[in-house]
Amino acid sequence: MTARALINLPRKAKRGDVIEIKTLISHVMESGFRTGTNGKMIPRDIITSFACSYNGEEIFSTQFYPAIAANPFVTFYAVATESGTLAFTWIGDNGFEVTQEAKIVVE
Amino acid sequence: MDAMTRLHITRRQVLLAGGAALGASALPVPAAALGQMDTAIRSLFGEATIRPGKVTLDLPPLVENGNTVPMTVSVESPMTKDNYVKAIHVFNDKNPQPNVISLKLSPRAGRATIATRIRLAGTQKLTAIAEMSDGTLWSGTEEVVVTLAACLEDLP
Repeated sequence: MTARALINLPRKAKRGDVIEIKTLISHVMESGFRTGTNGKMIPRDIITSFACSYNGEEIFSTQFYPAIAANPFVTFYAVATESGTLAFTWIGDNGFEVTQEAKIVVE
Repeated sequence: MDAMTRLHITRRQVLLAGGAALGASALPVPAAALGQMDTAIRSLFGEATIRPGKVTLDLPPLVENGNTVPMTVSVESPMTKDNYVKAIHVFNDKNPQPNVISLKLSPRAGRATIATRIRLAGTQKLTAIAEMSDGTLWSGTEEVVVTLAACLEDLP
């Protein structure tokens, strides 16, 4: 399954700086509490977890519930410790899984 | 007289027993009266003391559309190895489910702040609870007025 994910973080940072990371992924986040035109409940289809790892070490993770709006947007912070790769993973219902990476240079 | 007193006592005892039975069956009522938010909080943290403070929930006081409500949660913490925020949980009172978001943080997060967009099914109260590295719990609460509720609308 493909979904568009946007990640925004500074390309360069000074060692020890706290950087802001913004992430956005396209997903309906169907809550499972709505009824369709046929009067039946629309089954739940949400992203259940999102995590960020910095050079392989997990630094931030969240658990989403149906109360998260469609196209989940999350802003969080991280300490720029070393140059490397940040990996972002979204996992959801119906086998949804998206991983995207972003590079950072720390001076 | 003696027999009457005895009879009276037994009758009272029967009544008391009945009352106790009634009371026992009515026990879950106060728990239900707590509201889904407090029930969810208690089921997660048990009887642990939750102190108000340190946690700031930032939401618009008046929301037109409950489908996307910007929310920022921040916790006062130096975020060092010895003193950091381990987890933050956000709960609501009126959505079909009491949980909004749960997150785990590490000292490498640098700042215990997160921003996201949430859904709100009507005017209600939100509570965020922060779990510190030393095990203490802190909470912050915010009231939000919603004019158009999320979740309840059907597809056209």
